[in-house]
Amino acid sequence: MSAWIEIGKIEDIPLRGARVLKTGNGDIAVFRSVDNRIFALQDQCPHRGGPLSQGLVHDWRVTCPLHGFVIELASGAAVEPDEGCAERYQVRIKGGVISLFLEAGLEKKARREKVTA
Amino acid sequence: MKQKLVVIGNGMAGMRTVEELLKLAPDLYDITVFGAEPHGNYNRILLSPVLAGEKTLDEIMLNDERWYDENGVTLHKGVEIIEIDRVNRQVKTANGIQAPYDRLLLALGSDPVILPVPGSDLSGVVAFRNIHDVEAMLEVAASRGANRSKAVIIGGGLLGLEAAQGLLKQGMDVSVIHLMDTLMELQLDDVAGAMLRRSLKERGIKFHMSAQTESILGAKSKKKRVTGVKLKDGSKIPADMVVMAVGIQPRKALAQKAGIHCERGIVVSDTMQTFDPTVYAVGECVQHRGRTYGLAAPLFEQAKVCANQLAQLGHGAYKGSVVSTRLKVTGIDLFSAGDFSDGEGCESMIFKDASRGVYKKIVLKNDRIQGAVFLGDAVDAPWCFQLMRDQVDVSANRNSLLFGRATLGNAGLGVENAVLAMSEQTEICGCNGVSKGDVIDAIMKKKLFTLDDVRAHTKASSSCGSCTGLVQQILAFTLGGDYSEAPAKKPLCKCTDFSHDELRKSITDNNLKTIPGVMSYMEWGTPDGCAMCRQALNYYLLCAWPEEYVDDGQSRFINERAHANIQQDGTYSVVPRTWGGLTNPQELKAVADCAERLGVPVKITGGQRLAIPFVKKEDLPEVWAELGKAGLISGYAYGKAVRSVKTCVGKGLCRFGTQDSLGFGIEMEKIFWGAWTPHKFKMGVSGCPRNCAESTIKDFGVIGVESGWELHVGGTCGVRVRVTDLLCKVASNEEVTEYAAAFLQLYREEGHYMERSSAWIERIGLSYVKGRIVEDAEGRKALSARFMRSQRFVQKDPWAERAGAVGDVKEYSPLKMEA
Ligand SMILES: Cc1cc2nc3c(=O)[nH]c(=O)nc-3n(C[C@H](O)[C@H](O)[C@H](O)COP(=O)(O)OP(=O)(O)OC[C@H]3O[C@@H](n4cnc5c(N)ncnc54)[C@H](O)[C@@H]3O)c2cc1C
Ligand code: SF4
Ligand code: FES
Repeated sequence: MSAWIEIGKIEDIPLRGARVLKTGNGDIAVFRSVDNRIFALQDQCPHRGGPLSQGLVHDWRVTCPLHGFVIELASGAAVEPDEGCAERYQVRIKGGVISLFLEAGLEKKARREKVTA
Repeated sequence: MKQKLVVIGNGMAGMRTVEELLKLAPDLYDITVFGAEPHGNYNRILLSPVLAGEKTLDEIMLNDERWYDENGVTLHKGVEIIEIDRVNRQVKTANGIQAPYDRLLLALGSDPVILPVPGSDLSGVVAFRNIHDVEAMLEVAASRGANRSKAVIIGGGLLGLEAAQGLLKQGMDVSVIHLMDTLMELQLDDVAGAMLRRSLKERGIKFHMSAQTESILGAKSKKKRVTGVKLKDGSKIPADMVVMAVGIQPRKALAQKAGIHCERGIVVSDTMQTFDPTVYAVGECVQHRGRTYGLAAPLFEQAKVCANQLAQLGHGAYKGSVVSTRLKVTGIDLFSAGDFSDGEGCESMIFKDASRGVYKKIVLKNDRIQGAVFLGDAVDAPWCFQLMRDQVDVSANRNSLLFGRATLGNAGLGVENAVLAMSEQTEICGCNGVSKGDVIDAIMKKKLFTLDDVRAHTKASSSCGSCTGLVQQILAFTLGGDYSEAPAKKPLCKCTDFSHDELRKSITDNNLKTIPGVMSYMEWGTPDGCAMCRQALNYYLLCAWPEEYVDDGQSRFINERAHANIQQDGTYSVVPRTWGGLTNPQELKAVADCAERLGVPVKITGGQRLAIPFVKKEDLPEVWAELGKAGLISGYAYGKAVRSVKTCVGKGLCRFGTQDSLGFGIEMEKIFWGAWTPHKFKMGVSGCPRNCAESTIKDFGVIGVESGWELHVGGTCGVRVRVTDLLCKVASNEEVTEYAAAFLQLYREEGHYMERSSAWIERIGLSYVKGRIVEDAEGRKALSARFMRSQRFVQKDPWAERAGAVGDVKEYSPLKMEA
């Protein structure tokens, strides 16, 4: 069973930046793009596991700090010609409050959603 | 309804344009392609290795029929267009079919020139342009069985020699007839031409130089097969096949007939449009700014511009190309570019070692490379070509130019790296573990042409870049040329057409003061830039407006945003400043206590400092607070900024010392710390020429002598090693400071973001730097004053500002889940 879990307000995430959410299932990177959209990805680059939350956010993308893979925030997919995909979490915003769709009961167990796109 | 784009010519230029267009605007057009050849699009350049039996036809296909299906492009192969009806906007095929267009793209290529001599229409006389020609040649080569059949090639240019080599490898008896007395006279001087002829002769190719073809002889039988070639001097050369390789001419007849303005080729503007703005043209059929091209390099740039225009993005202009040639004959390393004739005002530098078969010639004009020929050893050709295209002032290193990069203090990239001799398994890119075989594989399988392509696909040369030359070499060998775009007008990144210099100038000229401001004024191609341009613009703005620019942390690399170095495992390392490498028990205690509390080791760095590794990000502010109590501040070991000033002990302690290097080094670090620079900037101060602080591999190095100080600039010791150039000698400490500040400011103002001072000096030339810093006292004082002024705004310890809980907590603390 999964549920929407509140993790904070939009302003808690720096504009064109990210914050980390610690869970029992590893870190989740929560991004805020220049147009105030919120995205959530597993904080692990498909290349060699670099922390995407520490990358540079541009448009709806982030550049990994370790070796420069560019990842689409909406899908988690690496931009061509790089290959691979970071896991993606569903995000909901209500009254400026961000919720992620995570496994309920065990807030610390995050539900992983494999992206097929 | 979608607009209709019709492409005539299913060759390299046409399809490259279509590919670029599909990337930019996949749904804008219904695309129909007409190609006279009965194939998909293949890599024409590689017909030579196919002829030589080194590659198969399948291997050289660029777009097979599946590709057209998958991309929704309609291909009519084996169909020739014979008429363009511009009034009704339609094209007609040979069998009367008509196709309407809204926009038309001509990519017709060129026709081989057939000498108008008697017998040129005999069977067995072929050109060397397409698959059909290659198949015809291979058929003759195979026909005679044990008797070696004879091939005569008319024309000793690039194409003729590649044909000769291919047919020789197919077991034929090969003769080359050349009108001039020098082979490839457009690309080689007499000496190189003669050396090349000798090595081809050793392989078994016969030559008839300064020979004019009078007629081609044929059998009396009905089949009218060729039997030989008769020269003007009366001699006859027997032949079972004659290959005409005397040149090409742009295909323009179709356009001309439709009333489109043509001269030597179809005339196009910088937007790749013909005189009819609905008709575009690219590739060998065009004439641009009076020039026609017979090589593939220009078509990549043309295709990009043309696709941009077709996609109605309206930016991008083609300004012409600088081309280079490589002979794709296995085992012969030959490169040629530019104008290498000894014209007026030119100086040639020549290196010749006949017994090794090595010849190098570089022609300079106004201290800039005009042309170059490399035979036998072309390892440094890409580098030389780049200096030529960038029009770099090479006066400072002209004495070593012919000996290549290796002798410019670039140890580790020596000649022993000659790519030809390497096995497929040899590792090319040490950073990313890419072998020579991997690079060749990617070039062939993924159809790559440029250095950028190879970087993107294999990551080779994308990290430290020290293997760039090798990758370029492999590309050149595999594809026979340098297809990278002319770097002189290289845009900052893919988001813009403007170069670093143009953007910096615009920032000051137009009073642009924010990143979004620059992006909107300069019509950025992306809404929010990319990692490259955001960092560069942030730096350029910071440098231009030190007193007012508000640093944009989100446009900085994580290290500079978090003020610590990110490590492989996502933790950070913390390096406080130890002024001039001098520390004391109190500071050591603070570091030790901190490491003990965190349970981590302490590393002594190369810059004479102490690093605390494995610090979690959320612990950083606390660590800084702790270190701050002992007076320690950020060492900027993470930034593109002034790093440490390395010192030796100097006169106070050392028996050789002539100057107080330690004391002065500390003083220097206190003056210079905190400055942001295009790339990291290291300094060193040694007390005497024994140079224990290694000043001669620093960006700015100072060496004490009896009479004062020597100032050295542009050194580096990392992926490449470059020894500094001596800037000048000065007498007093005050002068050192002034010169150093002026040098730093010049580099800050004119270096490209991510360009080390060593690369910057190689780009602009040492004499320029001397002119600005040493010879122009007033200019130097002004530069130095600008530097000192900007220091007033940046010398604030970023750690103190963020220590404890104050400052930008969000950057360091994780989010909490509210169940
Ligand atoms: C053997 C060989 C070796 C080469 N080696 C090198 C090298 O090492 N380095 C280098 O840079 N360049 C090399 N080149 C040159 C390079 O291949 C050309 O510059 C490049 O192919 C030009 O591309 P294009 O699209 O303009 O012309 P093409 O590739 O020739 O394409 C034109 C196409 O249009 C078709 N066409 C023409 N008219 C019509 C019509 N009316 N209707 C329908 N179709 C039509 C033609 O049949 C042809 O298929 C070599 C060329 C050859 C032949
Ligand atoms: S550089 Fe000269 S002064 Fe400095 S430690 Fe070495 S020998 Fe002594
Ligand atoms: S770990 Fe992200 S690019 Fe290598």
